[in-house]
Amino acid sequence: MTVEALGAPRLKKGGAAPLQRLAWRLPWLRSTLLLIPPLGWFLLIYIASLALLLITAFWTIDPFTTKIVQDWNLDNFRVIGTDPAYRLIIGRTLLMAGLVTITDAVIAFPFAYYMARVASRRLQTLLFAAVLLPLWASYLARVYAWILILNHTGVLNWSLQSIGLPPANIGYTNVAMWVVFSYIWLPFMIIPTYAALERVPDSLIEASADLGARGWRTLLDVVVPLALPGVIAGSIFTFSLTLGDYITPILVGGASSSFIGNVVFSNVGIANNIPFAAALAMVPVAIMALYLFGAKRLGAFEAL
Amino acid sequence: MNETEARPAGRMRAITVSATALIVLAGCGSTTTAVTTQQPPTATIAPLASIGQGEGALNLIAWEGYVDTSWKTQFEKDTGCKVNAVYAGSSDEMVTKMANGGGGQWDMVSASGDADLRLIYGGDVKPMNPALIPDFQNFQTYFQAPPYNTISGIHYGISLQWGPNTLLYNKTKFTTAPTSWGVLYDSQYSQLITVPNNPIQIADAALYLSKKNPSLGITDPYELTQAQFDATVNLLHQQHPLIKKYWNLASEEISLFENKDVMVGAAWPYQTNTLQADGKVKVADTIPSEGATGWGDTWMLATKAPHPNCAYLWTKYVSTPKVQATQAIFFGETPVNTKACAEMDAQAAGSCAQYHANESANYLQSIKFWKTPIQTCADGSKKCVPYAQWVTAWTSITA
Repeated sequence: MTVEALGAPRLKKGGAAPLQRLAWRLPWLRSTLLLIPPLGWFLLIYIASLALLLITAFWTIDPFTTKIVQDWNLDNFRVIGTDPAYRLIIGRTLLMAGLVTITDAVIAFPFAYYMARVASRRLQTLLFAAVLLPLWASYLARVYAWILILNHTGVLNWSLQSIGLPPANIGYTNVAMWVVFSYIWLPFMIIPTYAALERVPDSLIEASADLGARGWRTLLDVVVPLALPGVIAGSIFTFSLTLGDYITPILVGGASSSFIGNVVFSNVGIANNIPFAAALAMVPVAIMALYLFGAKRLGAFEAL
Repeated sequence: MNETEARPAGRMRAITVSATALIVLAGCGSTTTAVTTQQPPTATIAPLASIGQGEGALNLIAWEGYVDTSWKTQFEKDTGCKVNAVYAGSSDEMVTKMANGGGGQWDMVSASGDADLRLIYGGDVKPMNPALIPDFQNFQTYFQAPPYNTISGIHYGISLQWGPNTLLYNKTKFTTAPTSWGVLYDSQYSQLITVPNNPIQIADAALYLSKKNPSLGITDPYELTQAQFDATVNLLHQQHPLIKKYWNLASEEISLFENKDVMVGAAWPYQTNTLQADGKVKVADTIPSEGATGWGDTWMLATKAPHPNCAYLWTKYVSTPKVQATQAIFFGETPVNTKACAEMDAQAAGSCAQYHANESANYLQSIKFWKTPIQTCADGSKKCVPYAQWVTAWTSITA
């Protein structure tokens, strides 16, 4: 009642349209109208394109003319499931995404802990800027910088040789890919971990100490469980970003570095086999659906 | 400046050509078969008998750098045909563009050998009349009727430019030029080898096997029976652990050589020229005793071309020695017109020899030009492995 009383005169003053007044009186109408544009956008751009992707995956193409043939079949999925080449590629992509996520979590946690709980306000701001600064540079520039570091005559080997160590020939290998991915996605792990760590109440840590727990015990039993949703939230980024990448494998990878994204890319951009690309693109979608389901159960969404 | 800018375009193009092959049909090889009739659908369409008045426009699908203003402007002025060029990134993109949209909006496509047969048998292009191209008689004999654009004496386009796939090596590692492609399969050079990321690369291995293992009976590296194909793919699987990287971009191969990550690899003259010009590492290229594969590009006329007269005028124009030479130098490839050699040297001293434009017919004989592998072999039997299977095999080789 009070809302109406306050709202009505204002609407009148502005020469309110009847529709506006109606919306004011009927909250459900108001929210419907408000939600239509974002929901429409979501349905049209996101759900519709996913649905199209799914449908196309059940078609095939004529191998000679590359025209899409709309006969429904599961061949694309069968090939993905049975051809060892695709199993290898999917396995490699998953393994890399997992390794990068673990690496980033291990590096990010102490960093975020220091940022959130130890550093002074000034230092905190500085560290925050340092974490975000690389994101200002283009992704490609950062990957190319790593090529310069890791290649045969690069900075890494040059440094190793100047201190009398043998060269580490990791340029154009999966190790190089692991290093570059871990670097590129690190900020996406640090920030949610930091946010979660900052939210851990000091009182709980004090209570833990009062109850006789030493530093490590408090860390493992109090801080880590409370920060875990943040780490999981960060892992959604690092995992999905690695899972979907195809540029780093092209640029940094070696002879056995194809990712799901590379095969999708060559099917769309080069081979014009959209149905197979669609079928293969469903693989990371399915993996991420499972991953997000697990992450939700671990409370990652509350930490975002 | 123009030259240096042009080259990356050439690079991109070459890559995409190679990438083209990458995965046409990664998945479908098992269920679908290429149906190929002996006679292309447009074989009976009579080509133009004389060039009439230009229609005022010309719509082209071309490789980037193939329709440059440095020769396009003069053509537009001379003929009144306004050139609208759309660049394609890969052979497959060209095939797709020509096949889709109902045709009728494109006049010509500058297709490479690995796309030609698909365009011809897809009915997307129709026969052309070489008698209307005065410079045609100056073409190297091979390029007047190469098997990738001429079927049963019918010309489905007029050859334009070509380039060989060479063996590039670091001169510090190899004091004398390797005489065999065998170095690419030699475990002695493990992790020092690079080859293009392209299914058509299977033909390079087949060419090597045709000499190394004559009992397989490989005569044409693009026409492989299942047994020959399996032996070739097997060789490439053995090669996989020796490969440092399958290169996608010519620039990638250049930096691999420059940083000494690799010592030997399959390349184009473009990479050799760039590396030699940069001078950071000593490299040279060679065509080993087994011969080499190569690519040849053709201007092909769309079946429903709305501006056929302008298309013929354009083909006539780009076949002249001057334009041939300009494009060759601009792009870094070799003209098919023998008269272009003097023009090339006039525009850039030594460029004729550099791009092998003055080589004898023997040199051309040693090059097996890319063509789309199809199920129907030259002898009419359907025993040959089609391109879709090449792509599937390549995916598993490079997985």
